Amino acid sequence: MNNAMKEVEILLIEDNPTDAELAIHALKQNNLTNNLVWVKDGAEALDLIFSTGTYRENPITTGPKVILLDLRLPKVDGIEVLRRLKSDARTRIIPVVVLTSSKEDRDIAESYNLGVNSYISKPVEFEEFVKVVSELGMYWLLMNHPPVPVK
Amino acid sequence: MNSATNRADILLVEDNATDAELTMLALNKSNLVHTLIWVKDGAEALDYIFASGAYSARKATDGPKVIFLDLRMPKLNGIEMLRRIKNDNRTRTIPVVVLTSSKEDLDIATSYYWGVNSYISKPVEFDAYVEKISQMGIYWLTINRPPPPIE
Repeated sequence: MNNAMKEVEILLIEDNPTDAELAIHALKQNNLTNNLVWVKDGAEALDLIFSTGTYRENPITTGPKVILLDLRLPKVDGIEVLRRLKSDARTRIIPVVVLTSSKEDRDIAESYNLGVNSYISKPVEFEEFVKVVSELGMYWLLMNHPPVPVK
Repeated sequence: MNSATNRADILLVEDNATDAELTMLALNKSNLVHTLIWVKDGAEALDYIFASGAYSARKATDGPKVIFLDLRMPKLNGIEMLRRIKNDNRTRTIPVVVLTSSKEDLDIATSYYWGVNSYISKPVEFDAYVEKISQMGIYWLTINRPPPPIE
């Protein structure tokens, strides 16, 4: 998986293939998947974002405009990924939307304390899931003004 | 408005009465049941958010679900207010959406640097304004999960 990275608009960090495929399907319905990258664990997500490991020779050049982050991830869990993203000056400005099955107050509180931009609980029901992901895709890619780097 | 507790879903911080009225009209148009408090300048906004002055009956930890924040206001600069909200443990988890006519790179970069949740530039044209604000309201009131109350 060594396609030239170039510009990434959506980085989807999700270990469950069904949820990932559903999310991608929902975003595709609104033509939002042209520059979507999907990774399945927290370690690969960090390598991609920080251009380390297998992505050292293959860095992202622009973006992402938004990171969709599941919390329950193998290797490095979502809260730790969020912590790393929001504590590094290079990446803290990237909008992160947690998209998780967790409704635990503890997870929600900790995510906001770490600086998450938005927290969304995955709907259980298929149609509702597709609707929510569509809305979030439109909001973060079309409505939200993405960050520009601090000089 | 229940002035004893002044609890609201939305805090709108906006000095321009026309823009404020348009924003409130757009939010009402979306048929979302919500409560909104409108403050017209930075000083009153700080009193509300930090539960001082006329709003001493509030608790600062009893935040709104979302703050819509204009950047250009008399008495206090919106960026400064954002910085104060995000640097105080009582209020830093409150989602803040900058809603502004500014598209200046410096405003965008600085807002994200201080941890703004989202940056929305106000459309110039009436219909587009109403539509965008309506969608924004739907996102932050029904899609996003706000932080739990702080203990």
